[in-house]
Amino acid sequence: MPFGNTHNNFKLNYKVEEEFPDLSKHNNHMAKVLTKEIYTKLRDKQTPTGFTVDDVIQTGVDNPGHPYIMTVGCVAGDEESYEVFKDLLDPIISDRHGGYKATDKHKTDLNFENLKGGDDLDPNYVLSSRVRTGRSIKGYALPPHNSRGERRAVEKLSVEALNILDGEFKGKYYPLKSMTDAEQEQLIADHFLFDKPISPLLLAAGMARDWPDARGIWHNENKTFLVWVNEEDHLRVISMQKGGNMKEVFRRFCVGLQKIEETFKKHNHGFMWNEHLGFVLTCPSNLGTGLRGGVHVKLPKLSTHAKFEEILTRLRLQKRGTGGVDTASVGGVFDISNADRLGSSEVEQVQCVVDGVKLMVEMEKKLEKGESIDSMIPAQK
Amino acid sequence: MNTRCSVRGGKRCSGVIYESSVVQCRCFRARKGGGSASLFCWEKGIHTSAAFRCILTNSTICPFFTWRVLFWFCRITMAGSFARILSSKRKVGILSLVGAGSLTVGFFMNREQHVSAGAHVRRIYPPSAEYPDLRKHNNCMASHMTPAIYAKLCDKSTPNGYTLDEAIQTGVDNPGHPFIKTVGMVAGDEESYEVFADIFNPVIKERHNGYHPCTMKHPTDLDSSKIRGGQFDDKYVLSSRVRTGRSIRGLSLPPACTRAERREVERVVVDALGGLRGDLTGKYFSLTQLTDQEQQQLIDDHFLFDKPVSPLLTCAGMARDWPDARGIWHNNEKTFLVWINEEDHTRVISMEKGGNMKRVFERFCRGLQEVERLIQEKGWEFMWNERLGYILTCPSNLGTGLRAGVHVTLPRLSKDPRFSKILDNLRLQKRGTGGVDTAAVGNTFDISNLDRLGQSEVQLVQTVIDGVAYLIECEKRLEKGQDIKIPAPISQFK
Repeated sequence: MPFGNTHNNFKLNYKVEEEFPDLSKHNNHMAKVLTKEIYTKLRDKQTPTGFTVDDVIQTGVDNPGHPYIMTVGCVAGDEESYEVFKDLLDPIISDRHGGYKATDKHKTDLNFENLKGGDDLDPNYVLSSRVRTGRSIKGYALPPHNSRGERRAVEKLSVEALNILDGEFKGKYYPLKSMTDAEQEQLIADHFLFDKPISPLLLAAGMARDWPDARGIWHNENKTFLVWVNEEDHLRVISMQKGGNMKEVFRRFCVGLQKIEETFKKHNHGFMWNEHLGFVLTCPSNLGTGLRGGVHVKLPKLSTHAKFEEILTRLRLQKRGTGGVDTASVGGVFDISNADRLGSSEVEQVQCVVDGVKLMVEMEKKLEKGESIDSMIPAQK
Repeated sequence: MNTRCSVRGGKRCSGVIYESSVVQCRCFRARKGGGSASLFCWEKGIHTSAAFRCILTNSTICPFFTWRVLFWFCRITMAGSFARILSSKRKVGILSLVGAGSLTVGFFMNREQHVSAGAHVRRIYPPSAEYPDLRKHNNCMASHMTPAIYAKLCDKSTPNGYTLDEAIQTGVDNPGHPFIKTVGMVAGDEESYEVFADIFNPVIKERHNGYHPCTMKHPTDLDSSKIRGGQFDDKYVLSSRVRTGRSIRGLSLPPACTRAERREVERVVVDALGGLRGDLTGKYFSLTQLTDQEQQQLIDDHFLFDKPVSPLLTCAGMARDWPDARGIWHNNEKTFLVWINEEDHTRVISMEKGGNMKRVFERFCRGLQEVERLIQEKGWEFMWNERLGYILTCPSNLGTGLRAGVHVTLPRLSKDPRFSKILDNLRLQKRGTGGVDTAAVGNTFDISNLDRLGQSEVQLVQTVIDGVAYLIECEKRLEKGQDIKIPAPISQFK
């Protein structure tokens, strides 16, 4: 449930000019798109669960943004938000996802056999490989808007689905509320534990309400398949392992996801998905595949090359520090992952990563030998 | 769960389930083949095929609601008579029961709509599924919340649409500290204290040391001429300060206000402050338009307030839309200061260096009364009632909302083991010079009144003045090597 938001009907007593937020100092996608006309059109609308346009934009109003980084500035409260507020969200989605049109269709491809290569990335350079995505459970409101009862229902259903998994996926659920100190230490050591969000982007959207009620971590015995329940999305699914065998990571990812989905479907609560937006998640930046496939790779020479940023852009990749988003790289090791989420399939995005990283490792080797890499610089993908 | 199923004629049915966004019974769904568009049930707050239109009130209600209201009606009104009717003339009894029930439903439906003013609370799950887990919590709200109170209040809302879940969210998100007991809930508007009285009243009673909101009255007295003494030696008292808050009636409070309401508060208050004259003449600094120079000056004067970082405040939604419609007003002499739209609509502060608490309080009362007169000219007034005094966002600030304090140096007394007990008996509290939750610096303490509700402003300031006078007396005696006495505890409610 939205907090601090008096019921929308009461707010309609005030004129648009009186309610319209002051976005003069703002630099996020929502602030660039929202106009008084759009606000006037949408302000008396609600989704079936009661989410309103003010709820959508609150995080963007509270967080003006950074002069260099463009945050999204809005969230969805449920599946219908993307429909009811399409006049606001479609242009934002287009800006964020490279011109994706309201009429475009998104292709979903979770067939890991379609991935070519990916099992031969040099482990001397590629330290670890990881693929993550999110899933939302149909019929429940999303983290900015759900009530305690809904969140608990999502947890219950998720744990039921995950406990059915066996073989390489057999694992255990650790609810945040009742974790023992020993379990907590172990999860921290494994780099699995997620904590209460501190980013004002998430807090202003109401995603940390009732923490740690109905939040938890599930992972398999091998510690290669991990699911976060009720953090920023209903589910965050992560497949990872040391070394450069992205093919194996992606295989496990796809198989695990499909197994989980079967159980949810049996309860008439499949994943939120439609052919325009692909998988529906809380943040518009994660629509489509919601997939971030990446590696931790040592590129000390290439990263200092003048054309590094351009190479990444052409390969449709992005870099982050090894601590994740908004961190710096340590010892020349970078987190390289796909830049796209919407408009291309899972296989295509992971393919970009696999091909791109392979090329960059070769470039690094060339630079080590003191040779030029100008001939290897790729064309824009 | 055993809830009444409309298909089986109101009989209890274990087949009723809450699924997706519709409350329906398995047998009903099977018969209807999946359920179709339906009417809105006010009790459940959702569309359900089980709802029907009541002929008496022409509003849509659900059988679940009818039965529950009926049950409630019978229990608390004429339970005895109905029992007799039922046992003697069964048929007539049942008919009158149904008749009375429908009337009750009609009455409650109309009353419900008036109180809710069109706002309904989205309820999909029963209260037991929504009840927060408060087992690790240590705040006033958690101490007094029970499943029964939650079930009673969870689908109610104030006329502006503020709900119980919103009021308690800050207490759910902040379990508290093992040693400091926070309040754990806030009000979104004036009516919150009425609509959610079942939880606010025990919280108020605990926080205000036994003040009974149902039976006691709060006295308001801003006649500063009644103050005796209050001019302290500057050698001991470095500065004096009195603060309180005021809310503008008719506009929602910071946890719930819309941008338009917040801007309206700013407009009303700044307009009134612009009418102050003499030593109270001053200027408004809007946080959205501060120049760097102005900002630096306000920081140097220790006047600038910043976006709240305390999770107690941010979880209650008080930092939304920052810094829109927030600002600071102060008089040219920098002795009278008003914060706008921080934790309350307004926070009013009167202060000066040195020990003249009498003058500080005189200016405080004069300024407040003048501002009140100015807003009344334009048709506005402060939120106040005789049960709770001045209405503010946090229940801890009800009554006077007043904290009168001094920064006082007590090098010998502060080291005396009897210091805490002396403060307790004088009904004073100590804080560090940085404010709440800070440590003292070099034997200088912030000493202020403990109570807020149940005594008037004059009484509380007199308590501080008398108490500080006693503390200084103790310090002087210790300087001369004489002994000191712990004073008898003063009575709380005069």
